[in-house]
Amino acid sequence: MKRLITPALAALAASLPAAAFAQEAAAPGFDEIGPYIMTTLLFLVGGFLVFWMAAGFAMLEAGLVRSKNVTMQLTKNIALFSIAAVMYWLVGFNLMYPGEFNGFFAFNFVPTSLEPVGLAAADADLGYASVASDFFFQLMFVAATASIVSGALAERIKLWPFLIFVVVLTGIFYPITGSWQWGGGWLSQLGFSDFAGSTVVHSVGGWAALAGALVLGPRLGKYKDGKVNPMLGSNLALATLGTFILWLGWFGFNGGSQLAAGTVGDITDVGRIFANTNMAAASGAIVALVLTQLVFGKPDLTMTLNGALAGLVSITAEPLAPSLLGALLIGGVGGVIVVFTVPLLDKLKIDDVVGAIPVHLFAGIWGTIAVVFSGSATLGAQLTGIVAYGVATFAASLLLWLVLKAVLGIRVSEEAEINGLDSTEMGMEAYPDFSKG
Amino acid sequence: MGKEWTVKLILATIKPYKLEEVRAALTEIGVRGMMVSEIKGFGAQSGHTEIYRGAEYAVNFVPKVKLEIAVSAEMADSVVETITNTARTGKIGDGKIFVLDLADAVRVRTGETGQDAL
Repeated sequence: MKRLITPALAALAASLPAAAFAQEAAAPGFDEIGPYIMTTLLFLVGGFLVFWMAAGFAMLEAGLVRSKNVTMQLTKNIALFSIAAVMYWLVGFNLMYPGEFNGFFAFNFVPTSLEPVGLAAADADLGYASVASDFFFQLMFVAATASIVSGALAERIKLWPFLIFVVVLTGIFYPITGSWQWGGGWLSQLGFSDFAGSTVVHSVGGWAALAGALVLGPRLGKYKDGKVNPMLGSNLALATLGTFILWLGWFGFNGGSQLAAGTVGDITDVGRIFANTNMAAASGAIVALVLTQLVFGKPDLTMTLNGALAGLVSITAEPLAPSLLGALLIGGVGGVIVVFTVPLLDKLKIDDVVGAIPVHLFAGIWGTIAVVFSGSATLGAQLTGIVAYGVATFAASLLLWLVLKAVLGIRVSEEAEINGLDSTEMGMEAYPDFSKG
Repeated sequence: MGKEWTVKLILATIKPYKLEEVRAALTEIGVRGMMVSEIKGFGAQSGHTEIYRGAEYAVNFVPKVKLEIAVSAEMADSVVETITNTARTGKIGDGKIFVLDLADAVRVRTGETGQDAL
């Protein structure tokens, strides 16, 4: 079908608009506005794909918590996304993308404003995309960061202190550290490279989650008499659906981060990113599936789901440069990381309900280092970035969690935790007809 | 009254996958009703370990199906024999059968008692 347009027909088609425009000399041709339109479209499609990851996180977490805590987990997910959306408008976007600034912190507490209705082409930034589409796309990323924290701290944290943490994380912590790299700050000038956010988004969520898990402590009975007592997820169908939704959303996450779609080169790169992203997820899942069979004697579905996600996080720092084979290898290492670091966290008595820390923090660090193999950055720059994000986010999060603990208390009572947060904190059960698990 | 021990209650625990076979065999020999529940318990087959996200845990109670069958005293032996023969695999965990005397039985619809109620 592609070949049906003959050169003669194509020439005719091309000449028609040119003839029409010849009447009004001022109107820009498609060559000028095409890239702006295409990139804006990329942000909109990418943005709604990344938005859908919020659904993925919600379903993954709902499936991996016990049935008595599902309503609470879902409430946290819809609340955190909505808070992130408001905070990113209020301060986040302009803190993260301040334009010229000192590279560390932009004192730019201004809410985001959009272009006027019916913007004329002459007034548009034709070299990029519409501000609205850019804002819409970028705010989806901060929501992903907050989702990572919610999964790790599930089944024992109070709702409101958690949401206060989300307010600060999405409005202040994430945008400031984000500006270091994506806002043109000191790390980007140093040569640090993080295409779609293995570190800027995923590790940041992982560090905040790790600090929270340490302050909060493990779920009651998780570690007793030197033994790990697994608490089985309530709905592996939802967990699997959530993983596939995240996988789908990731095409927007990585593909949209090309930040341009107006040339043959750019749109081809977007395609390349989609294919590499998919490959890394598939390979992470396969590696985790096979490794759990070999190491534990049975394949473990929940770790296979984590493996796919770890593959995705691993490829996120550089989804463009690698070949498909490269993407397979990078994602596969993500799968290995999951299978060996989930039990490691248990040994350290750090209770991460959904495996958020192995998937987003550990695989995020790996993905950021893996950029070195494609030659897009030096090892020194990558390690500097990893350490900078780690120290800043972990320290700031730890401090905030400790303050919240001292002032409000972040953990529900023992009775509430045993009976489940749904009946005690929410007064509403997700599965009122089921027995408690 | 006067119907001492003419009705027996047979309590049997069996492996869940044997339920359909046992039901068919009991229907064959004339059993006209039974109560079935899914239960958990332990006996000689004292649980096992499973693994979840790399951590082993003990499953202390094994799923079983419990049958409760009220039959006339004359039929009790053949019911026990049928269950034993059908549910047996020879491996540990095949289950237990208990036979109890029933003081009486009543059919709710008609008020019949004793063997007439079965």
